[in-house]
Amino acid sequence: MTQAFGPEARGSACSAQVIVADGAIRYPYVKRPQVMVIMSQEAFTKFSPELDPNGMILIEEELVDAKGLPPTVRVFGIPATRIAEELGRKVVLNMVMAGFFAAVSGLVSKDAMRKAVETSVPKGTEGLNLLAFEKGYEYGLGKVQAQ
Amino acid sequence: MKADPRGVLTGSHYIDGDFACCEGALAAGCRFIAGYPITPSTEVVERFARRAPLVDGALFIQMEDELAASIAIQGAVWAGKKAMTVTSGPGFSLMMEHIGLAAMTETPCVFVDVQRGGPSTGLPTLPSQADMMQARWGSHGDYEIIALCPNSPQESFDLTVDAFNLAEQYRVPVMLMMDECVGHMMERVVIPSADKIEVTPRRFTKLPPGEYLPFKPGEDLVPDMFKAGDGYRLHVTGLTHDFRGYPAMNPEVQEQLVHRLVNKIRLNAPKIWRYEETGVEDADVVIVTFGITSRVAVEAIDIARKKGIKVGMLRLIVVWPFPEQRIFELASQGKALVVAEMNYGQVFYEVDRSARGKAPVVLAGHGGGTVHNIEDVVKKIEEAYRCRS
Repeated sequence: MTQAFGPEARGSACSAQVIVADGAIRYPYVKRPQVMVIMSQEAFTKFSPELDPNGMILIEEELVDAKGLPPTVRVFGIPATRIAEELGRKVVLNMVMAGFFAAVSGLVSKDAMRKAVETSVPKGTEGLNLLAFEKGYEYGLGKVQAQ
Repeated sequence: MKADPRGVLTGSHYIDGDFACCEGALAAGCRFIAGYPITPSTEVVERFARRAPLVDGALFIQMEDELAASIAIQGAVWAGKKAMTVTSGPGFSLMMEHIGLAAMTETPCVFVDVQRGGPSTGLPTLPSQADMMQARWGSHGDYEIIALCPNSPQESFDLTVDAFNLAEQYRVPVMLMMDECVGHMMERVVIPSADKIEVTPRRFTKLPPGEYLPFKPGEDLVPDMFKAGDGYRLHVTGLTHDFRGYPAMNPEVQEQLVHRLVNKIRLNAPKIWRYEETGVEDADVVIVTFGITSRVAVEAIDIARKKGIKVGMLRLIVVWPFPEQRIFELASQGKALVVAEMNYGQVFYEVDRSARGKAPVVLAGHGGGTVHNIEDVVKKIEEAYRCRS
């Protein structure tokens, strides 16, 4: 995984890139992302042109208007911020999105994602974060079934 | 000897190169870091500051600047600790004076430079490999050091351990020359159990006070050390000094001392050299590269091979001392050489010199800020291939 550092990490459009491979990963950056998770309109404008035309884009649907994409791109939206607010803490919107990503992309098993959430959030917040993850996951399953 | 398990975080981790470097230092027995945090190296000391209280007597001190940091570690070493400091380009420039002091006083210590774009403050958050020559001879006077270049977080861990071991064995400052890309990249890092990690202990003298001379070298040209407080007379100076460690400013002592400082690395170089060769035997073109650029080079090699050019790679793991003999052998076999590095010619000139006109040497340079464009490296491979034929 690589990520944007510097002023981006302090409020502007920032990004992180993940490469998943069975073999050794050589070139360190993503050249053409196949899955993109977009949380703001600014990020959409900046990064969506890089998306693989046969790829998939996941958006925070109340913050991002995903217009102008090639028709072959599959778009999945979720009101992640609203769901997080309903859980009482807006900050867990990224966990809602992580659950949504797991359900929609199918790239990582639900169990592995749950374990990753449990081991990476501050102690004492596991319950809330896992709840947020589950909400996003359920929403994602619904979207997939609807398609 | 084996690593002290108290410093070894055995297991499989998903961490970046900076964190891996910190864990490598702890595994190698480093118990003191003095630093003046600077992007993109900050995470090394951030983690060390957090981890230190949990590890046997380890300590992090944030100093007032890089000069102070690079001298504080040397005090710790003479008091018996293993120590390092961590910085990036601008801080590395400020540390040059004390790298010379460490070379002159034969203080085993590690300097980590997570390279970012320069000159000056340049690109704080983006990579380069443009401090390579500075690492070698940035301080004034005549000396040799050892420099290693990791190309992954895993290697950042492994080579930090090796950096400490080499520092102890040869009593030199060792440079771990990372870059922002490796430093901030997260990958799996497997830390073995302590009994699987070899750690070189300090070469403490077995002679009693009175018989022992602190700067009288052994057969390998390296003198044994002692620790302040053990009853030996302690005098460490940056001035030219005799076997006792006292200033002796005359050409005879200068010759004896400085020639040995250079020779203890040059004559032991075949034992220090470390490089990895892939597909070199049948190759017409060999890419010489190091650090993150080696991972881009592999992609370029695949493309060039598909175009019918036989390309191999020599990846330098230890860059200084430089394996000039191996470069000369490859050039003598008629293999054209491409040097891919994130600067506009530093290691390139060493390769060109070592080839001694036996084969064309082409630079695949890059100003930094990101890694090479793969296609640009392919073009340089094609250029080298044409020059050869």
